[in-house]
Amino acid sequence: MLTIDQATYDAIVRHAKRDHPDEACGIVAGPEGSDRPERVVEMVNAAGSPTFYEFDSTELLELYKQMWDRDEEPVVIYHSHTATEAYPSRTDIGLASEPGAHYVLVSTREHGNNAGPVEFRSYRIVDGEVTEEEVTVVPALPGA
Amino acid sequence: MAIEVRIPTILRTYTDGEKAVTGEGGSLSALIDDLEANHPGIKDRLIDNGDLRRFVNVYINDEDVRFIGGLEAQLSDGDQVVVLPAVAGGC
Repeated sequence: MLTIDQATYDAIVRHAKRDHPDEACGIVAGPEGSDRPERVVEMVNAAGSPTFYEFDSTELLELYKQMWDRDEEPVVIYHSHTATEAYPSRTDIGLASEPGAHYVLVSTREHGNNAGPVEFRSYRIVDGEVTEEEVTVVPALPGA
Repeated sequence: MAIEVRIPTILRTYTDGEKAVTGEGGSLSALIDDLEANHPGIKDRLIDNGDLRRFVNVYINDEDVRFIGGLEAQLSDGDQVVVLPAVAGGC
């Protein structure tokens, strides 16, 4: 199960809507081993594409170095689908390389840049195996 | 000649869970062969058809090796190498 606080959830949805029709991508970092998504880091989609996303390689290194310095890991890796459902594509599954992360998919196909609900779903992707999990949005994460 | 190599989570099955290992080599290619000798199987996860895999990033002292010669990029004692899988996907 993914437990995420409302402000973090809203930040991901805002990012996805803002970047529509391109795919938005980013992570939510948290202390290693805590499973707490605490710090949203929006990434630039270096592919700048409605059908593909990729973190810029230089920014990727900076991001990981920052997380190592802080003893963090990517708790959530999110991206949007802008014309299809919020389910990992074959490419998403093939390229998923953080077996410990929650892969969040947001679909903006319904309302695009405008207000209105989005599909927000979360998965584990390990060795090509996709398992959907429940998402629980809480007002705030419980105290550490 | 020791080069520290940072290993991403997904490849730590080849390094007994170690986050960083030490290797040797005057070029990235030689370093990867040296890693393979001590951590069998890791080379295939980095190289495909004689070239770096498209969705694996390797950095030498913070420089993406694609801009400094790829597998032929030169290494010297004390260099730091980081391996990071790309974070990518598509619908």
